[in-house]
Amino acid sequence: MSDPSRLAEIIAAHAGREGPLLPILHDVQAAFGCIDEDAEAAIADALNLSRAEVHGVVSFYHDFTAEPDPRPEVQVCRAEACQARGVEAMMAAAGEAAGDRVRLKSVYCLGLCSVGPAARAGDDLHAKLDEGALVRLVEAQ
Amino acid sequence: MMVVRISDDALALACGADDVAAAFDAAGCSVERVSSWGMHWLEPLAEIDGQGFGPLEPEDVPGVIGGSSAKAIGPIAEHPFIARQQRLTFMRAGLTRPLSLEDYEATGGWAALRRAHSLPPGQVVAEVIQSGLRGRGGAGFPAGIKWKTVAEAIGERKYIVCNADEGDSGTFADRMLMEGDPFALIEGMAIAAHAVGADTGYIYIRSEYPHAIRKMEAAVELAAAVVAPFQIEIRIGAGAYVCGEETSLLNSIEGRRGEVRAKPPLPAHEGLFGCPTVVNNVLTLAAVPHILTEGGAAAYAALGTGRSRGTMPIQLGGNIRHGGLFEAPFGITLGELVNDIGGGTASGRPVKAVQVGGPLGAYIHPDRFDVPFDYEAYSEAGALIGHGGVVVFDDTVSMSYMARFAFDFCAAESCGKCTPCRIGAVRGAELVERIRAGGRQADRVESLPQMHNSRKTPRAREEDIALLDDLCEVMRDGSLCALGGFTPFPVRSAVKNWPEDFT
Repeated sequence: MSDPSRLAEIIAAHAGREGPLLPILHDVQAAFGCIDEDAEAAIADALNLSRAEVHGVVSFYHDFTAEPDPRPEVQVCRAEACQARGVEAMMAAAGEAAGDRVRLKSVYCLGLCSVGPAARAGDDLHAKLDEGALVRLVEAQ
Repeated sequence: MMVVRISDDALALACGADDVAAAFDAAGCSVERVSSWGMHWLEPLAEIDGQGFGPLEPEDVPGVIGGSSAKAIGPIAEHPFIARQQRLTFMRAGLTRPLSLEDYEATGGWAALRRAHSLPPGQVVAEVIQSGLRGRGGAGFPAGIKWKTVAEAIGERKYIVCNADEGDSGTFADRMLMEGDPFALIEGMAIAAHAVGADTGYIYIRSEYPHAIRKMEAAVELAAAVVAPFQIEIRIGAGAYVCGEETSLLNSIEGRRGEVRAKPPLPAHEGLFGCPTVVNNVLTLAAVPHILTEGGAAAYAALGTGRSRGTMPIQLGGNIRHGGLFEAPFGITLGELVNDIGGGTASGRPVKAVQVGGPLGAYIHPDRFDVPFDYEAYSEAGALIGHGGVVVFDDTVSMSYMARFAFDFCAAESCGKCTPCRIGAVRGAELVERIRAGGRQADRVESLPQMHNSRKTPRAREEDIALLDDLCEVMRDGSLCALGGFTPFPVRSAVKNWPEDFT
């Protein structure tokens, strides 16, 4: 359940902007870890949109989630360039290290294509990973 | 005091540049954080009086300071990787502090904007047309013509939108430009705004680039007074690859699902909020300041080959020994890029395939390494330049696996608006998987005695390949945008060049 007053603050902070929905959704996701039904309803109300429209946007983008997931996250790049450098062979071990404790998310390109395999934890980037380094990164979360 | 210059580019940070910088700082050096030279295999790379040292670890620092480091590479500017380039868009790479207005001004910054402001807008457009600059995002549409269309379009407001949703695997030039020389992008946008009569600009950056977002936000604030009354706002993507498509990007800024719009109307006529809009890639806009300097357009047009004029920042990635950013005039061959400049594979194994132009680009066989980097030459070879990403694979790769991946990626990232892309990608992945698993066998229902009309023989591999080709044709011709329309490039090139992998 999102805190209604905090939610109202976020919406108010973006009032008057052109196309305010995505910036609002980013802030709501960051503040509450998800964009739940109540938040969707409040945003729809404030922007004079239907709840369906807001839900359609929330469900379209990978960055927005309907349920909170407080687990730490490690993003592993599995796009072509990192595949060419062997990321796929490391995923089983990384998955085992993550278990249910860490959310291992595949992303498609962190822009570190010449020094892959690459991963991101929060805003920390890691390059030139081998299996051991990726497992240690997952375990350190 | 010894001045040490180390990049604070995201790639350098990922390779441990902060720890190296801290070690120099602790040893009493003055550390300057600059943009990256783009020699990624040498990061973290430190520069002291023009001499380079890399790739460094914190324990190498005493050796570097003492003048006896095995990691010395000599004068950076004379390194063959740098000396062979002709850097225009990336002229400041490695040389300036990204957020220093002083450094920017000292290296010729804002001169083009001042000159543009002194010219009538029509003249600015004419110079961009004269330069031959084409959209660097992939489509290669002449930038000047697009500007002219927007300048002549009638609208209540006009917008400049910078497409910084660099989602293609194997590309990082936009990120490097935004992190290394953000004012160049801002200057390019301000020139475009003057040329077409826009007062607002948006930079749409993907959320996977937190460092670029922070740098651009800071740079926009610092440069606000210089570009006023033109205003720039940063918008952050939300993890959708398809938002790199221009109409989908516009929908995303407007706060909608990132679905592709049918064209026409072109964004130049009805773009953001229904107003005439220039949508250009980061590299296109960042090339503009050079073009708008005195005589810049002619100098730019003098470089390159055929209808591909100027320089292209090419990104060497994947399984390559010397990866990084290589800006050169159009016309350079893939063989030079991969073998001479890139030094072959990082694994030391033979090169099997090179994908040029991101996940929607064709896989090129080493037999075709003679193809010059040129929009038309690539198109004739059944490939595309895209955003200039070059991803090298060694001989351990299975091309049918990569074809399958191309479909999977398209299925995951399809916006869902058009059927060939939404359904075709899923069917394509199934089909490739079936070919990989040995072809289609009659299923339980088909084998029933009452199914008189069902065929009794398994489908031959050739028939499955023909079906795959049909599917590719439908996707290519029937999709609304390049996501569905270009997914056949990697698939078909893989089938054509490496048929032995599809058994």
